[in-house]
Amino acid sequence: MAIKCGIFKTSYRSDMAMWQTKNSRFWMALFFIGLIVFPFFVSKYFLYMANIIAIGVIAAVGLNILTGFAGQISLGHGAFIGVGAYFAGYLTSQFNINFIPAFIAGGLVTAVVGMFFGLPSLRLKGFYLAIATMAAQFILAFVFIHLRSVTGGSQGMIVSPPEIAGFSFDSDFRYYFLSIGTAIVMTLAAKNLIRGKFGRAFMAIRDNYIAAKTMGVNIFLYKIIAFGISSFYAGIAGALWAHYIQIITPEHFTFSVSIEYLAIIIIGGLGSLLGTVFGTIFIMVLPEFLRFINGIVSLHYPMLVNMFDAIREGSFGLAIIGFLIFEPDGLAARWKTIKNYWKLWPYSY
Amino acid sequence: MIKLEVHDLFLSFGGIEALKDISFSVNNKEIFSIIGPNGAGKSSLLNCINGLYHPQKGKIIFKQTDITNWPADKIAKLGIGRTFQNLELFKGMSVLDNLMLGRHNHLKYGIMPSIVWIGRASKEEITSRVKVEKIIDLLEIQSVRKKTVGTLPYGLQKRVELGRALAVDPEIMLLDEPMAGMNEEEREDMARFILDINEEMDKTIILIEHDMSVVMDISDRIMALDFGEKIADGTPEQIQNNSDVLNAYIGGKEKGQVA
Repeated sequence: MAIKCGIFKTSYRSDMAMWQTKNSRFWMALFFIGLIVFPFFVSKYFLYMANIIAIGVIAAVGLNILTGFAGQISLGHGAFIGVGAYFAGYLTSQFNINFIPAFIAGGLVTAVVGMFFGLPSLRLKGFYLAIATMAAQFILAFVFIHLRSVTGGSQGMIVSPPEIAGFSFDSDFRYYFLSIGTAIVMTLAAKNLIRGKFGRAFMAIRDNYIAAKTMGVNIFLYKIIAFGISSFYAGIAGALWAHYIQIITPEHFTFSVSIEYLAIIIIGGLGSLLGTVFGTIFIMVLPEFLRFINGIVSLHYPMLVNMFDAIREGSFGLAIIGFLIFEPDGLAARWKTIKNYWKLWPYSY
Repeated sequence: MIKLEVHDLFLSFGGIEALKDISFSVNNKEIFSIIGPNGAGKSSLLNCINGLYHPQKGKIIFKQTDITNWPADKIAKLGIGRTFQNLELFKGMSVLDNLMLGRHNHLKYGIMPSIVWIGRASKEEITSRVKVEKIIDLLEIQSVRKKTVGTLPYGLQKRVELGRALAVDPEIMLLDEPMAGMNEEEREDMARFILDINEEMDKTIILIEHDMSVVMDISDRIMALDFGEKIADGTPEQIQNNSDVLNAYIGGKEKGQVA
């Protein structure tokens, strides 16, 4: 048996490949097959979780492109998700437009809104930009509530499940294929974007904008592109989410949603797409996990039931602080460490 | 043939006059060095040429174009590359990505081809990669190409920065103290790289350097600055024997001072 002592590539194409070894290609194929087979064997509850996670991944990937790769903090992501949800919902419910063009239009409109609110990034950096994008959050939230003729105000907007050629995505099971399919396509698209010219320009702006400028990167243009792409992802996620839940109300796009998405990419790993997926799963599953634990513990301490919300928020904060202290590079870095350990197992040293 | 002309460049920060009416020209394919004591305005001059500072008065002409007050990225696109005195690398990116970023303006594909990747984007990336690999070979940094730049030793980082400027494929390269903080061997390597770049790749080089032995050895022409003023320019021999330059470096009579 030949012992592998390294990965040797003979062409630049193979050196740039997304999955570099036969091994990783094999596992990815297995993973995709698993995703397809998965819904046939699980309960409605797990399908619901999978849908929520898939939609969350799309939005989080968008935020990571902006914050993790381009280094521009956004506290308005929750509202951008809302823009996509309302716009796509308005198109499908009022004008009976097919969901595919409606979703894309929702994404594009959100991209434009995001680019507009990204304009201050020309002058503002870091905390100052964070506050400026927070303005976007509150302005848009205000619009969602008060532009009643379009959004339905606090009563919300009712939309019907997406339908194509008589096939309606009206159950958790059917929607799963739409949401997971979109999530896969958009994550792969992000991966391609990141490994090319755009991703490099984003990272260059994040690491050293003066040097990026002297190497010929138009800083402002690329910051705005980053805002646009990021918001496009948020918009698509919003459209998908709206048509899954089928009712759009303003409280789903609050400031805390923006914070939650920041938490996802911090826990997952800034500047890592794989980490984004991990982070989303972690944050989405954490409350469910706590609910489960709470259910067991409250048999003995019934008063805990009333405190569930507080415990949830508290553990959420604890998780973030824990990650910042013990694994600042997020789950992605942890994954790498584990992978490297097993790669050479049992000769890890 | 004149490659770059600077006319009466004047730059001040508030009351401090960093550059006072500097004029010079750089010929094609020469190594033009700028020397002067600390604070003489050497780096400010480079910053004006590549658009990081905007001079209040004067003109910078490159390729028959007046590039004064152009934004830095447009000047880079026109063909002026640059390294910095204090490393300005993309520390979180690999050596390869740093160099590939230098190729930014040579990659023409847009967002959609980038998302699809197969086809135009990957083809252009490979073309650029071939060019970048040539630079990696020239600078002898093959062994670190996949390493994160921030983890490399200082001497290598300096080399990566030179490589990145080279990847822009500029006609003029502005090198700001490429040998600062290096040991003898690293300095010799760097001098060799600069000569290679100048001779084999036909790049015009504007060099700021404090190491006089290197400057005198490799420069075609030298300009000396002191307190924002040009005090001399000429061949290394002329500069070595110029009394103003000696005064600026070693001290002596102030200009206009009565003996």
